[in-house]
Amino acid sequence: MEGIRDRVAIIGMGCTNFGELWDKSQDDLMIDACKEALEDAGVERKDIQAAWLGTAMGGLLGMRLARALKMDYIPVTRVENLCTTGTDAMRQACYAVAAGLYDLVLVCGVEKLKDTPPAMAGSLEFPYSTKVVPGLPPASGYALLANRYFYHYNISPEEGKELLAKIAVKNHHNGSLSPKAHFQREITLEQALRAPMIAYPLGLFDCCGLSDGAAAAVVTRADIAKNFRDDYVLVKAIQLVSGAYERPLQNEGDFVHFEENVIAAKKAYEEAGIANPRKEIDVANVHDCFTITEMVIYEDLGFSPRGQAKEDVNAGTFTLGGELPVNTDGGLKCFGHPFGASGLRMMYEIYKQLQDKAGPRQVKNARIGLTHNLAGTPRESSVCGISILGGRD
Amino acid sequence: MIGIASYGAYIPLWRLKREAISEGGRGEKSVGNFDEDSLTMAVSATIHSLEGVDRNKVGGLLFASTTFPYKEKQAANIVAAASDLPKEMFTVDVANSLRGGTSAFKLAADMVKAESVKKIVVVASDCRLGFPGSSFEQNCGDGAGAVVIGNTDVAVEIEAVLSVYNQLIDIWRADEDIFIRSWEDRFVQDGYIKTVEETVQAFMKKYKVEPKDISKAIFYTPDMRGLGELAVKLGFNPKTQLQDPLFAVMGNTGTAYSLMLLIAALEDAKAGDRILWTGYGDGCDVFLLKVTEEIERLRGQKGIRRHLESKQYIKDYLTYLEWKRLLSRRGIKLPAEEVSMTALRRDWDEVIRFYGSRCKSCGTIQFPPQRACTKCHTIDKFERIRLSDQKAKLFTFTIDFVTDPIDKQMLVSVVDFDCGGRAVLIMSDRDLKKIKIGMPLEMSFRKLFYNKEQGIHNYFWRSIPERIR
Repeated sequence: MEGIRDRVAIIGMGCTNFGELWDKSQDDLMIDACKEALEDAGVERKDIQAAWLGTAMGGLLGMRLARALKMDYIPVTRVENLCTTGTDAMRQACYAVAAGLYDLVLVCGVEKLKDTPPAMAGSLEFPYSTKVVPGLPPASGYALLANRYFYHYNISPEEGKELLAKIAVKNHHNGSLSPKAHFQREITLEQALRAPMIAYPLGLFDCCGLSDGAAAAVVTRADIAKNFRDDYVLVKAIQLVSGAYERPLQNEGDFVHFEENVIAAKKAYEEAGIANPRKEIDVANVHDCFTITEMVIYEDLGFSPRGQAKEDVNAGTFTLGGELPVNTDGGLKCFGHPFGASGLRMMYEIYKQLQDKAGPRQVKNARIGLTHNLAGTPRESSVCGISILGGRD
Repeated sequence: MIGIASYGAYIPLWRLKREAISEGGRGEKSVGNFDEDSLTMAVSATIHSLEGVDRNKVGGLLFASTTFPYKEKQAANIVAAASDLPKEMFTVDVANSLRGGTSAFKLAADMVKAESVKKIVVVASDCRLGFPGSSFEQNCGDGAGAVVIGNTDVAVEIEAVLSVYNQLIDIWRADEDIFIRSWEDRFVQDGYIKTVEETVQAFMKKYKVEPKDISKAIFYTPDMRGLGELAVKLGFNPKTQLQDPLFAVMGNTGTAYSLMLLIAALEDAKAGDRILWTGYGDGCDVFLLKVTEEIERLRGQKGIRRHLESKQYIKDYLTYLEWKRLLSRRGIKLPAEEVSMTALRRDWDEVIRFYGSRCKSCGTIQFPPQRACTKCHTIDKFERIRLSDQKAKLFTFTIDFVTDPIDKQMLVSVVDFDCGGRAVLIMSDRDLKKIKIGMPLEMSFRKLFYNKEQGIHNYFWRSIPERIR
């Protein structure tokens, strides 16, 4: 199977502020993100040959994007894959370009969550069902992982809570350096530990926020990218893996790792030619919907040896000045998680890091960056989307 | 010989001390959890009564209650299905009278006598509500009792029966009433004593039974006041011959009361004992029962004693009111979850009978049942397996503090069945301080919610900590 390594390039990206954007509509968010991306790429709407709109809850039809931006008579596809929506929209755009069908395409991910009450209980069952499957919020699903993880590795609840709190403190610190983040304040370990319980053992600061936001990318063929800019970013790999309900159906499902993560990472590393992720990846933005998720991702993606994320958390491996900075912009913890936008927001951060434009968050000599999304919850199955981006040689 | 071949009971885990309702209240009463009602308790009692019984031999189920979930929709068939009884079977609800338990018992015995069925389940269950603060609220407990009646393996033979009816409007609930109404106390007492006394006298005369022939006399009683007086009037020694009405530890369980007291008596009975048993309400049923050697076979049944021993106290009276849907402290309503009747029709066996699928190729058990095997990927080669009576262990859990306004610390459990297979279920009747990964669990049929807009009670299985070993 041939991958798309170095065949597709990102030449422009945009990202709105994330937060409770009471004065912005979904159309406003799409326009703001796409405007920045198009200006960054130095291209015009009329140059775009095809577009993908990633939105989970934003309504039917890709046409929404065309209508907002008045892009006449081009194919626009709406993509939905819950938390991996943005990454999957990007994946499809990249494949179309790599296939040689288009030279210049636009990808936009958006979610306007704050126009409706927080109704999504996180149940992935069919809307018309017997309703006997408990409709749990995602926090409860991931808390199942946390309790089993602590039990499996013989970590006391107190020690476990503190490990998770350290991840929240790290991400809030990074968020304080991110002008576009929803939450831009540092928190203390004490604050995180004392926060109200949401789903034991996860407290308020173990959970990401609920925010509005949009992000966009302009994608072209790698061989013509230099016509647009010098510091374009190459797509080294983009992979997506879907579980098939193995974890809730099989007694072997261990609730201490996500096989979806492991396999998606393996495929992405193969495609990008990465042998030692901890050494070769310079910066990563991963799906910290909950602190425990980030902890398990360290192991699933090969950043930490299995069962030893604890040592790396305590050593500060993933802090901004650490060996492998993770969630440099504050992550979902500080940006919240507008599903369709998140994957592209992560790529935006990596894109800026690789261009050496990440300001106070800049990781020195960042050459290879990774983004990671995870849809579904431990009690169901998951979908993992991973992209690996690299600066041009 | 026709009579009781097996029995089982169900008393909810929870108790409310009567002093929590009002000062001076004595003893405690059994209270169903917020996810229990008469139907769910009937399922538990029925399943307990089926221990050691070949389900395929059962030809019917009679369900007596005054607190059915529906006015128009049979409850007995749901109890039969949740108990995984055969589909080709007679089911009927016996409604509207506190005497329904003993009435259903007589009907069932007559069906066996007429050779219409070989074995038949009689289950009675109630969870009546008295006005907050009333003596009815003090008196009424929640519970269920079930017996299997048949013409083989008889442990308790039915020797004689007599029924009378009357028109006394002493205690009642109108069509739309939530709470019990009554005429004045002394009138209720007088009617009760007179009716039971006359019927038992007539019975003893007709069948030439004398009080000395009786090892135990069991009387339904609205409360504790008239019972001793009644026993004395009838010539029974209240100290040695009278069945403890379990008022101090359970309360009056309505339609289920007589059956539950009978089961309590049988737990102490020995072969040759004669029992005089009554049901009361809109008249009186009197039975003469004789215990046989077969009673020894039933010593391990989940009856009254072990249920009474296994208990936990409700935090306070407000919690009790909340559980009974009489009060909403937070004022938060869950968004009504609409149940799809088409989906329920398809998934009935999964939801009510709690069937999983077992792959015929590799033996993997899956819940919910799947057409494709998660392990060997074979399609459409599976058999059904009943999971409701499987033991399980807690694999992982969380306590959800935000989702349910009544189940404020909702325990989500991932359970691994000892037979293989896994399910994600809400855990009920749990003590949060005792939750441990690996703890033994069992399954319990519960009401997840009532959708007021739809008028639908949504039932399914939950995990509970193993209650009675």
